[in-house]
Amino acid sequence: MAGPMRIRAASADGVTEVRVLMSHPMETGQRRDSSGEPIPAHYITELTAKHGDKTVLTAYMGPSVSTNPYLAFKFQGGAAGDTVQVSWVDNKGESRTDEVQIR
Amino acid sequence: MNIQRRDTLKAGGGIGVFGLLVAAGMIKPGAAIAARDQAMFSASSLDEAFQAMNAGTPTESGDVQIVGPDIAENGAVVPVGVTSSLANVEQIAIMIEKNPNMLAATFALPAGTLADVQTRVKMGQTSDVFAVVKADGKFFMAKKEIKVTLGGCGG
Repeated sequence: MAGPMRIRAASADGVTEVRVLMSHPMETGQRRDSSGEPIPAHYITELTAKHGDKTVLTAYMGPSVSTNPYLAFKFQGGAAGDTVQVSWVDNKGESRTDEVQIR
Repeated sequence: MNIQRRDTLKAGGGIGVFGLLVAAGMIKPGAAIAARDQAMFSASSLDEAFQAMNAGTPTESGDVQIVGPDIAENGAVVPVGVTSSLANVEQIAIMIEKNPNMLAATFALPAGTLADVQTRVKMGQTSDVFAVVKADGKFFMAKKEIKVTLGGCGG
């Protein structure tokens, strides 16, 4: 169900901007389905972004983050061709890791 | 049927749903989750959330900016960004005061990462959005009201 993340990382003037679009339902646990049963919560809890071996961002999320979460951040350093790796874990223990090369 | 019984039933139902949420929140595998502070995310009021972050009462600061629309047409997807010109920002938190889960996200920024993050959040209704920034061990915050014309929770 969880498809690949779309990650873009672009470096300019020594700063790398990373944009991540995750594919995840981010169910809050507050909604009900058509028969009135609550839909169990299912959301990403933690995301880690690494530039090479160095962690550049750790994000903790709650169910208030939108479906198919989008995240953008910037870090100093990073050159074209370096690898940025992003991984997330959700509250059901599912996880996904994708990586992209900085342009 | 007496009214008291109805109230009792109602209260029971409420606890049931709450219990389910707690259970869903608690069933968490792995050590990776240990670092995520559940108390912060289950906070239902601003004060609770500040307390869980050990933030005391953050100082309102012009050096923290919330980037977002004044009016969001669709509460399910509200772009919110936080930037700060403060030095040594270690942590950024985005809170939506009137959401059932107030704390949307927190970001831990290691040295070298700029205090400039953007994401998208759900908003059930028009509410104040708070950005809390921890810089040099001190907490600062900014507030912005975002009006929602169509709620994002429950559709």
